[in-house]
Amino acid sequence: TEASVQVSEFNVSCKGAGEKLVLSELLQPIKAKSALSSVKKELNRVKQKKAVELPLSKEEAERVVREAAYVRTSKDVGKWQQVVLQNRRAEQLVFPMKQELVAVAPLEQVVSAWKARTPLEQEIFGLLHKTQQPITDPLLTPQEKASLQAMSLEEARRRRAELQKARVLQSYYEAKARREKKIKSKKYHRVLKKSKKRKALKEFELLRKSDPEAALAKLEELEQLRMEERMSLKHQNKGKWARSRAIMAKYDLEARKAMQEQLAKNKELMQKVRVELPEEEPGDVPAEDLVSESVPAVPVDASGANPWMLGKPSSPAKEPEVQEDLGDVTEPAVAESKEEMSEEEMSEEEALLQDFEQKRHVRRQQAASPELQGAELVARSDVGSCVPQEVVSELPEDVSVDPICTEEQVSVGIEQPSQAQEELLLLEQPSRVQTMEDIEALASEERADEQETPVATGTEKRVHQQEQGRAEDRQAKKPKAKKTIISLQAVLAGKSQEIQCPSLPVAVEEEEGGFDQRGVITEAFAGDDVVADFRREKRKAEQAGKPQPVNLVLPGWGEWGGTGLRPSKKKMKRFLLKPPPAPPRKDQHLPHVIMSEQRNIHAAAHQVSELPFPFEKHQQFERSIRTPVGPTWNTQRAFQKLTAPRVVTRAGHIIQPISAENVPSLSRGGRALLRRRPWGRGLGRGGRIAAGPPGGGGLGRG
Amino acid sequence: MCGGGGQPAGRMRVKVLSRNPDDYVRETKLDLQRVPRNYDPVLHPFEVPREYTRALNATKLERVFAKPFLSSLDGHRDGVNCMAKHPKSLSTVLSGACDGEVKIWNLTKRQCIRTLQAHEGFVRGICARFCGTSFFTVGDDKTVKQWKMESPEYGEEEEPIHTILGKTVYTGIDHHWKEAVFATCGHQVDIWDEQRTSPMCSLTWGFDSISSVKFNPIETYLLGSCASDRNIVLYDMRQSTPLKKVILKMRTNTLCWNPMEAFIFTAANEDYNLYSFDMRFLASPVMVHMDHVSAVLDVDYSPTGKEFVSASFDKSIRIFPVDKGHSREIYHTKRMQHVITVKWTSDNKYILCGSDEMNIRLWKANASEKLGVLTPREKAAMNYNQKLKEKFQYHPQIKRIARHRHLPKSIFCQVKEQRIMKEARRRKEQNRRKHSKPGSVPFVSEKKKHIVAVVK
Repeated sequence: TEASVQVSEFNVSCKGAGEKLVLSELLQPIKAKSALSSVKKELNRVKQKKAVELPLSKEEAERVVREAAYVRTSKDVGKWQQVVLQNRRAEQLVFPMKQELVAVAPLEQVVSAWKARTPLEQEIFGLLHKTQQPITDPLLTPQEKASLQAMSLEEARRRRAELQKARVLQSYYEAKARREKKIKSKKYHRVLKKSKKRKALKEFELLRKSDPEAALAKLEELEQLRMEERMSLKHQNKGKWARSRAIMAKYDLEARKAMQEQLAKNKELMQKVRVELPEEEPGDVPAEDLVSESVPAVPVDASGANPWMLGKPSSPAKEPEVQEDLGDVTEPAVAESKEEMSEEEMSEEEALLQDFEQKRHVRRQQAASPELQGAELVARSDVGSCVPQEVVSELPEDVSVDPICTEEQVSVGIEQPSQAQEELLLLEQPSRVQTMEDIEALASEERADEQETPVATGTEKRVHQQEQGRAEDRQAKKPKAKKTIISLQAVLAGKSQEIQCPSLPVAVEEEEGGFDQRGVITEAFAGDDVVADFRREKRKAEQAGKPQPVNLVLPGWGEWGGTGLRPSKKKMKRFLLKPPPAPPRKDQHLPHVIMSEQRNIHAAAHQVSELPFPFEKHQQFERSIRTPVGPTWNTQRAFQKLTAPRVVTRAGHIIQPISAENVPSLSRGGRALLRRRPWGRGLGRGGRIAAGPPGGGGLGRG
Repeated sequence: MCGGGGQPAGRMRVKVLSRNPDDYVRETKLDLQRVPRNYDPVLHPFEVPREYTRALNATKLERVFAKPFLSSLDGHRDGVNCMAKHPKSLSTVLSGACDGEVKIWNLTKRQCIRTLQAHEGFVRGICARFCGTSFFTVGDDKTVKQWKMESPEYGEEEEPIHTILGKTVYTGIDHHWKEAVFATCGHQVDIWDEQRTSPMCSLTWGFDSISSVKFNPIETYLLGSCASDRNIVLYDMRQSTPLKKVILKMRTNTLCWNPMEAFIFTAANEDYNLYSFDMRFLASPVMVHMDHVSAVLDVDYSPTGKEFVSASFDKSIRIFPVDKGHSREIYHTKRMQHVITVKWTSDNKYILCGSDEMNIRLWKANASEKLGVLTPREKAAMNYNQKLKEKFQYHPQIKRIARHRHLPKSIFCQVKEQRIMKEARRRKEQNRRKHSKPGSVPFVSEKKKHIVAVVK
């Protein structure tokens, strides 16, 4: 202990503390004086009066004060009791309780508070001042200020609006150009090119009127272009396309026509531009204009040889002409396409009806000629296995499907052999064989088809042979006699194999494959009978689990004993104690399970041996363990709730001591302190708790 | 299949799988792929064993990653005697040494940013003003000095704002949490107004040197002090009177109030224990925290009020949960000597301790915590692991792994010795009880054992 300036009151001794002081004694020395007699009298009077109680000693008084103060303070502090208990019990506490707003001090304040002191700082400040760098509020240099003042608000607005408009227009234009650039249609580009050309011509006309010299220059330019064309090999019959057309021209009218078109174009392009040609044109131009208004892309005045004219199949003006050209019925495809064009004007339903009519007509024609029988077969099988036709009939408004369909149908008629084969290949796609019944149904259908068309034409035979060829790839060779029927089946089976969804169980293959597998397994494990072994083992376990009788027989006790002598039956009966039968085994109704009820010491090392503190019953504890909290067993939301931490703090935030302001019960309008979980631990999952198996983590027995 | 014979009238039924795109389409490509899950318990069997394994792994990993020591702040030239937290800045901490030097540290840079010679002799106490603009120191030279928190400007002298010359040595100081008032202790508890050079009031109860005084952070008029005559005294500043005194068996070195529970304080005692008291019921402590093997010199609460850290003469610091009798963590290094002072930072993340061998050490409050920003998945995994550890904490394997700590040999031996001594005492008492008149040797609970008296 350190030396103290003050001295403890306990060390000071005061003698005679118990004796009483009498006032009159004090006055004895002044007895003689008569002047004080009155005082004496008074004092005597006082003496007669009853004495006032002694005041409490200083320690006593202090103690009383202390006690009162303590009671009061304890009461004051006691108001926190509820809050403290609540916080202790809270599932989650979030700190800091009061979110402090970060106040950013304005720059001016910071800057004004700071003064340059060191020589370096002063120098820098001097420089800044020289350039009139602003330090305080507006934060604009004089130049900036001047520039701000130079332009009035309205002017600025106007200019801004202009700029905006220009920008918008530009963006529109760009978007349009991009869109146009993306268009793949050749026809569109052709039309575009032509319209451009026409425009150029028009301009040229105007130019010629207004400025002949410039027109001449332009003409020269055109001449230049022509020369280039002559030099180039374009539009001559040298290109890949042109050559292919030339080959096709022998058979195909269309190709021939295309070639002619090209030649004509070449010729036209190679023609020298005569200067007097413009004189003829003035008459033509208006006419052209008129036509171009009504029919946008087709100049009427051009002759039939004009390539620009010919490359216009879709224009309605041209349609009848073409029809006349290709009047013969031997080309149903063209007729079909023609029909389609005209159909667009008709109502859609009508169009569909007509279409079907057309198809039926075509089919009848095909049936008439023996060559087309293969195609018919195809069509029929088409019908058998959900052809697009039916889809169309279901959805009559769907026009886009229709032409394709018809085209397909018709094209079958044209190129019979190859197309028929293709159709067969294609056929595999839409029909899906899923079950045994389906397969059988299909097979029977096919057989019916076969019977209906007993006369196998040459094409059909070919088809069958091809099918067979494919079937051979997948399956072992079948006897030749059954060829026709089996090959069809094989095709169907193969098809199902190809298209099968893996998720759908298919009985056929599995049976075939599984059979072998099982055979192999049984063969491999022929020796060991696992099931019998297991049964034997279980029986042994059952036997071992049964309580054994206790033998208390003492041979020779109360009778003769020795070799060859056995205790009497009576004795045996009396002293062989049979234990009560064991409780029924848990696995007695489970033939494939052995349940051992012995304590496993390896597991015991991981088990809790005594009930931990907060729990009162072992069931409580087991329940707490049994409820899983992981995301494997809980939804994301439940998982988050279950694993919410007890205390949440934010990094870099100062946690202030709790104060009455942020406790709602102590001060009104405070922030909510606690975030309570809507449901308690384990309560929300009662069903799971009941259903869950007893865990290895539970209380160990024994 | 519709019937053969080419009748197109049959209606075809096409069976297709149809799923709601909301179930499998991500909102943005940055989202995780949504995996539909079936939570049928039949499909996920063995939940308890699986979770147990996870908990075991989590516990092991926790021990693997338990690397609490972050850094050591060296620069003092004598033992660190006291420390103070900056009330507004997490990265600033003040420390006073036995040679009268005060240093201010930047924790992010782990550097000393300012050094000042505050006193001659020890700096006995240091505390920051609640606003963080200045701090106070007391020293062996019988002075109380107030300093600016900011370092002096260019060309300015390093001088205190105020200096109060006292008559006696001050051994501790603490500042009021809201007002411009501070309290010193020495031979009595003095309460000062910052503007005046003489105390507003002096509180005495007995005459012995008082080693520490602390303001209650919640009910700010309350003060607690502990003196060398083994007592803890509570004061009320409003009524300028002591309230109550509790005398323990041995001297209390310091005490600390719980920042979340107004009436709870913890006292660090010379008898190796810490005692948590409810100030309304001083007759017995709420909890006795035992684990240290030498005198406990300092204690500081975590700002969440759930735990506290104690510094001991046995060269270690321990972290105790408020409601547990034993520590959850012990920190020590080979070079750390007697730890004199300890602080828990205001963001609940770090612990600072100042020791005899002139270093201040920075520790993580949670030894295996990953520092820095965590991704949401990391955070979820961390929470899950925490929950699992909590759930399976009573299982022997997990308990063993979670509790295992390496101890320095001295502490290890002393712990063993303590255990033996305790057992011997228990046995002796048992024997005495056995051989004396029934009831003459009463059972005294551990909580009551250490209290001598409560003085009103």
